[in-house]
Parts: sequence; C-alpha cells; structure tokens
Amino acid sequence: MTFLSIPILSFLIFFPIVGALLLLPFMKMNDSDKTVKWISVGITVIEFIASLTLLIGGNPGTYKMQFAEDHLWIPFANIHYTLGIDGISLVLIVMTTLLMPMCIFTSWVGIKKRVTEFMMAILVLEGAMIGVFAAMDFILFYVFWEAMLIPMYLIIGVWGGPNRIYATIKFFLYTLAGSLFLLLAIIALYFKGGHTFNIVALMGQHYSPVFQDFAFIALFLAFAVKIPMFPFHTWLPDAHVEAPTAGSVILASVMLKMGAYGFIRFSLPLFPQASEFFTGLIFALSLMGIIWGALMALAQEDMKKLIAYSSVSHMGFVTLGIFVFNTQGVEGAILQMINHGVTTGALFLCVGVLYDRTHSRLLSDYGGIAKVMPVFSTMLVIFSLSSLGLPGLNSFVGEFLVLLGAFRAHAAIGVLASTGIILAALYMLYLLSRVVWGKYEPRSWSLPDMNRFEWASLLPLLVIVVWLGIQPNALLSMLHASVNHLIGQVHPDSPLASLTGDFRN
Amino acid sequence: MSFSLVNILGTMPEIYLTFFGCIILILDTMVPNEKRSWLAYFTIASLVFAMIASYGLNGKGLPLYQGLYIIDPFSNFFKMTIYVAAIITVLFSLPYLDQEDIHIGEYYAFILFSTVGMMVMVSAGDLITLFLGIELMSLCFYVMVGLKRGSERSVEASFKYFLLGAFSAAIFLFGISFLYGATGTETLSGIAAFAANPGSLKPMILLGIVLTLVGFAFKISAAPFHMWTPDVYEGAPTVVTGFMATASKIAAFGVFLRVFWVSFSSDRHDWNILIIVLSILSMMVGNVVALRQTNIKRMLAYSSIGHAGYAAMALLLPNRESLFALMFYVFVYMFMTLGAFGIVLMLRKSGVEGEEISDLVGLHHKHPAAAFLMLIFMFSLAGIPPFGGFLAKFYVFFAVIHAGYTWLAVIGILFAAIGAYYYIRIVMVMYMKDPETSVDFNISSMGRIGLLLTAGVTVFLGVYPAPFVEYIKSSLAIFIP
Repeated sequence: MTFLSIPILSFLIFFPIVGALLLLPFMKMNDSDKTVKWISVGITVIEFIASLTLLIGGNPGTYKMQFAEDHLWIPFANIHYTLGIDGISLVLIVMTTLLMPMCIFTSWVGIKKRVTEFMMAILVLEGAMIGVFAAMDFILFYVFWEAMLIPMYLIIGVWGGPNRIYATIKFFLYTLAGSLFLLLAIIALYFKGGHTFNIVALMGQHYSPVFQDFAFIALFLAFAVKIPMFPFHTWLPDAHVEAPTAGSVILASVMLKMGAYGFIRFSLPLFPQASEFFTGLIFALSLMGIIWGALMALAQEDMKKLIAYSSVSHMGFVTLGIFVFNTQGVEGAILQMINHGVTTGALFLCVGVLYDRTHSRLLSDYGGIAKVMPVFSTMLVIFSLSSLGLPGLNSFVGEFLVLLGAFRAHAAIGVLASTGIILAALYMLYLLSRVVWGKYEPRSWSLPDMNRFEWASLLPLLVIVVWLGIQPNALLSMLHASVNHLIGQVHPDSPLASLTGDFRN
Repeated sequence: MSFSLVNILGTMPEIYLTFFGCIILILDTMVPNEKRSWLAYFTIASLVFAMIASYGLNGKGLPLYQGLYIIDPFSNFFKMTIYVAAIITVLFSLPYLDQEDIHIGEYYAFILFSTVGMMVMVSAGDLITLFLGIELMSLCFYVMVGLKRGSERSVEASFKYFLLGAFSAAIFLFGISFLYGATGTETLSGIAAFAANPGSLKPMILLGIVLTLVGFAFKISAAPFHMWTPDVYEGAPTVVTGFMATASKIAAFGVFLRVFWVSFSSDRHDWNILIIVLSILSMMVGNVVALRQTNIKRMLAYSSIGHAGYAAMALLLPNRESLFALMFYVFVYMFMTLGAFGIVLMLRKSGVEGEEISDLVGLHHKHPAAAFLMLIFMFSLAGIPPFGGFLAKFYVFFAVIHAGYTWLAVIGILFAAIGAYYYIRIVMVMYMKDPETSVDFNISSMGRIGLLLTAGVTVFLGVYPAPFVEYIKSSLAIFIP
C-alpha cells in the first residue's frame, strides 16, 4: 500500500532524516531553539500518524512481508534496497514512532545547549531505527543497524552526564565489536545461501549444522550485546546513567529491542538446529540475567541505574520466551518487548521529570514527593506497578505468557524465572517507598507538579499501559500469524498447539 | 623499437603532463610571487586535460611499445584515481603553501612529474618500466617531503625517506635481476609464461618474488616495512603527506596487483602466506600503535598502515570479487584520507600548524562545519555505515571470505573493532570536550571545494554507490585467469 503513492516504509525511514536536514539552517540562527523544538515535534507526530497507516493497511492474517519494496541498490554482490514488514516489525515500528514525540517533549527543558543538533541527531536516529525494523535485505539491515550508533554516540557523548565520555565510548565499542561478527556471518550466509542478501530467500535454504553453529554464535554476539544478555550487559548501566533522558528512553525502549528482534527475525528461522542446540546456554544466560539484574537493581542508589538493571532483568524474560519455541513463549516475549518499551520508557521519563527539577537521581535525596507532586506521584506509582507485573497493567500479560511457555519447557526454568517477578516487586516498591512515600523534607529545590510537556509525554503512555493490560489481544492478534509461521520454521513438524487461544477467549 | 603513431597516442596523457610540468618550470621564472596561485590553476587545468585524454583511451586494451607499456581499463581506473588525488591536493595547497612559506613553482611541477611516475607504474608491462615509474615518483617525493627547508623535521623526514627508499629500491632491483636471470625476460607476460613451468629454476623465481614483494610492501607501507611512514608523514608538509598517503599508495597497489596476478599467479601458493603475514602485521601495527598517538599526522600514518593491511587482503585470490574489492577500497580510501589530511592542514594554532590531537579539542564550538566533515572522515575510516569506508571494508571481507579465508576475516574484524577507538576518539575530542586552546581554521574557496568534494564523495559512496560501482565494474580488467 502506498500513501499518496509514496512507498510508506521508505517515507517512514527518510522523512525524519530529511526533516533533520531541514533543521540545518537553524544552527546559525540565534534564539531558534523553540522553533526547532516545535518543528521536531511536528515531524515526529506526522511520522507517528503516517505509521498508523501501517496498522490500518496491514493484513494481520498473513505472515508474508507487507508493504514490500525492492530495488537494486549496489550492482555488485547483488545488494538490494528491500523493505517489508510482518506483524512483529509492525508493532515495533509503531512503538518507535509513538515514543519519539515523547523523547522530544522530555528534552524541552532538559536540553539547553546545541538544541538544533540534538534534534537532528534524534531525528536521524529515528529514521535509522525504523530502517532496522523494515529492512529485508541483510546489508541494508546492517547499514541501519550500525548507522544508528553514530547519533546515539553523539547523544550520550555530547548531552550526557559527567562521566559521559567513558560511557559513550564503551557503548560504541561494545556494540561495534558485536556487530562486526554479524557482518561476517552475513557474508558467509551469502555464499552458503545462494548468493543473495534477501532475508526471506536466505530463510528458505538449509545450512549444514556446523555452519549453523558458527553463524549462530556470530549473530548471538551481536544481538546479545544489544539486548544486553547477562555477561555482555555492563555497558548498559553506564550508558543509561550518563545519557540524557531522551537517550535513555530510546536506548531502553527501542535499541534493546533490536537484539531480541534480531533473534526472532534471523537466528531462529535461519538456524533452527543451532537455535535448539544452544537453547540451554540461552536459558542459563537469561535466568542469570533475570536474577542478577534484579539483585543488582536492589542494590542501587541511583534511580536510572536501578531501572537500567531492571531492564537487564526484564530482557531476560524476552530471550527466555523466544527460546522456549512455543507460541505463548514467543508471543509473550514480543509482548514483553513492547511492554518493556512503554513502561521502562515511561519510568525513564519520570526520572527525567525529577532530574530536571533537582539535578539528582539519588534515592537518598528524595522522599515524600507524593505530598508536593501528587499527580506525578500517581503516574510514577502506576508505571512502577506496571513494571513489577501487576495484573491488569500491561507487563503482566507478557511475563505471564513467557512464564507459561517456560513452565511448558521445564518446570525448573519457570520457577527460577518467577523469582525475577518477586524481586521486581521488591526493587520497584523499594524505589517507591524511598521516593514517593515517607517524610517530605524541603530542600533547596522546588518541586512543582508536572508541566504541559511532561503531561504530553506521560499521558499517552499511561493510556497504553492500562489499555494493553486490559486488551492485550489487540496486539496479540497482529502477531499471531507471524509468530505461528516462525514456530513452523523452527519446528516444521510440531503441531501449533497454543494456549494463547484459550487465554484470549 | 618502433615509434609508431599508436604508441605515441596511447601515451599522450603522460606526455601532456610531462610537457605541462616543464611549462610550469618555465612559467615559474616569469610569474611574480603574488601571482603564484595562477600556477595552481594551471596545474589543475593540465590534470583535467590529461584526465580527459585518459578518458578518451578508456576501454582500449593496448599493449604499447611491444608490451612494455599497457593501456587497459584497469590502468585507466588507477590513473583516474591518481588524477583526482592530485587535483584535490592542489586544491588544498593554496593557502597552506603560503602560510608555510614554501610556495614555489617547482612544487606544482613535482606534483605533475610524480603523477607521471605513478601513471607509468600502473601502466607498466615490464619490470624495468615499472622501476622507472617508481623512481620517477619517489625522486619527486624525496624533494617534496623536504620542501620545508627551514624545518628540521621536514629535512630529517626527507633524508630518512630517501635513504630507506633507496634501500628498498635496491632490494627491488635485486629481485628483478633474479627474475631476469631465471627467465631471460622482464616483461610481465614473459615471466608469467616461464614461472608457470620453471623447472629447477623455481628457487630463483621465488627469491625474486620475495624481494619484489619487499619493494612493494615498502611503497604501500605495509608492516614490517612501515618504519619510515610515521616519521615521514609527520615531517612532510601536510599537503605532501596527503598526496603520498593516497596517490603513491594507490599506484603501488595497482602495480602490486598486476605484477603478482599476472606474473606470479602460478606461484600463488608460495606467496599467499607472505601476503597474509603482511596484512595481519599491518592491521596489528596500524590499529594498535595508532591508539597511543598524540599527533594526528602520526595517527593517520598508522591508520594508513592499517588500511594497507586491509587492502592487501584482497590480493589473495584472483577473482572478480577481490579485484573489485581492491579497486573500491583504494577509491574510497583516497577520498576519506585526503579529506582528513585536508582538515588537519587547515588547522592553525597561532600561525603554526595545529597537528596535535589536543588542538582539535572543541573544534565543534568554533567551526561546526569543519568538525562535521572530520566526523564523516573519521567514521568512514573506521568503517561505520552509511559512509564509503564501510562498503570498502565490506567488499574486502566479502572477497576474503569468498576466497575461503574466513579466519583471516575474523582477525581483520577484531582489529577493525580495536581501531575504531582511535577514530571515534577524534570525534569525542571535537564534540565532547570544551575548547581550551584557540585554534583557527583557515579555509580558502579552493580548499572548500576540495573538502566538499572529498566529504561528498565519501558520503555518496556509502549511500548511493551505484554509479561508481558501475564504473569500477567496467574497469575490471581482463587479466583474471
């Protein structure tokens, strides 16, 4: 489908990038910050509305790639400009476009220097991120995957906290080192898989077990760093703490999802045997991540660090769900990706709200803010409850489905994973008790309640948190066809027994 | 030897440039000092003229002078690349030479003469012709490196380069003499025919191969024959460094590939291991030692050693992929490296060249455009998409994996990850630190054209490389077995 006869996916990728170029003339102007911010809001909102046409025009009943585009890009080695989305990438794209206006709202006060450049970086980043989810040619995917690093490197490094340089270089080198192995695997796939970089065509091939193992490890390195899985997670707390709020939101909500998306899109369908072979390893690392991340979160004084470690824990559920290879596990994992994106994004926005007022993220500096910021406190409580998996809010459904899948795989895995939820309740309630409740001591700073930009950034997320908690089917129905197809690719002979159906009725 | 018309016509571009070089030497005595810039315009015009002449010869596969000289699409591609490098170098020279007080007419003549030397190199069909080309180029560079007569560093660099260059030339000649002794011929095709069936003379051929390899490795500054590079690059006037780091290396790569693929292809299994060792060592030295540099010219010198290691990997197996990879690599490398040197030479710190990395601190504050262009060059050199450097590295790894050396690609990847650090450190210094020293950025309109050209092509090659790819594909020469 096209929108005004413009191919919609290309439009979604290049509109923000062109928008960023249009901001260039403002760099030399004085007092243009406000205009630039409003233009950026306009661009991201138009982008979001345009992405809704995917929801309207997309067919949820098929696993096939929709809105496909295909052009020859580089006439050597058969590199194409191929775009296309299925249900999984569709929800991730819409989530991305939804979060971007909020990132700009939250930067309204927080970003004071070089505003134009900041907005340009954010917009370029948005285009690249959508490109990652929409690319159906492996080289194109890789180009977007790495190009994303440049604006993020600058966002953390230029607008970040005091230790930003260390954090951003660590972030960059970790992800780059992982990604380079992905590049090798892509090239090797080209020669094994019939001289093409087309992802769908590559999935149709059969690869020898040895090749599958090596290629799986190469892909694993790239995606595990991005997610981040347990031993590769050390860049995340640093990057989160130092990044400006918008950067943290993008990192947590979108970029972490790309690793999981990579597993779902590439590792599983391309290397089904290797995926099964390495299941044990992934389970072990996921459980380690769930428990270790939660324990680390308990020990943090810095709010951003606490949420960053909780991300490690939550993303453990995602990888666990992906590798149990049943419908509820994978659907739960994707749901958890979206939920984590929304909830953790909202939590980082909340920390941003506090930080803009106090310039402190330490738990010990707060207490009893419910008395002075009642509305904000309510929001923070709801998002925290969502994060700890309260039934009726969004995260519950995803985690529940993952646990269901995990118990079906092995009871012990299910039990161990469940401890993550208990620990999540502990650290989130601990956060609330230190910040929201308790005795309020007036300090040198003033704590007015939320302004309109903060409202604009948090309210839509609140609606989604509640709506997805009550109506998860809206999302699940979009995923069903794609996920079933995926399970079929991994287990060609297994009956698609699904408990999800029962859950929905 | 017959001097038929076709031979003369085929070498017209070389003849033009030699002629124009002589004209410049004559004009130099007549042009007043303040009008020196006219010589620069004249140089550019003559390079463009030669370029058009070369373009006219495109697509003709001609062995001239009984096979001593070869005009084919392959050599034409390298000549085009060298012309562009020379033109950009002249674009960068203008304010720089005046500031350094070395604006003399001979500089332009030497640029043209060394260009002729490189053209002879890439067109050589015979080892003696090749040697003449190398020497013509090198002699011009010995002089240009030492152009800053008042500067100790420059003179030292020139002397060092001269001694080591003479040494490597001697080794190279020694290799040629072995080959000649064994085969009785110096033409590449003649050696190839003999080397396919050497009989008991094989050890002599191998000795010849190793010695010529040393000569080439010196010219492309591959480790362990790289020792001269950092000192010479640091001491030479920065415009000359840029020209050396790009054009001379590109020419050396072109002829390296031709000699080894045409003449020695039957001994491939004997010399492949040498190329592998050479490229691993270069990647290691280039990427690891660069981490510790504080002088940006030295850092770029090590970076160029590392890049030589990557490009050398493409020599391993003669197929279209490797050939394409090497040609694409040198093409991209030329633009991004020249651009980076261009930025460096325009930095001025209280009248002297700002060539320490610390001089770049906070460049973004004062000169956002310059900082942004440098960011493009650095990310491109690091091989990050969407810039040309990424595709260059990609095609090299593509060729290496195609040739079955996946483990070598893994090593290359590891060093690329290490090397990324010192490139992004430059970006960090420019963007994320507050300015301490005041550095000026001196740009002329010609320099601006040069920078926009290099940066533009670097981006273009990464985003929409199709036209360039088509051009390179059309230049893939016929000599692949």
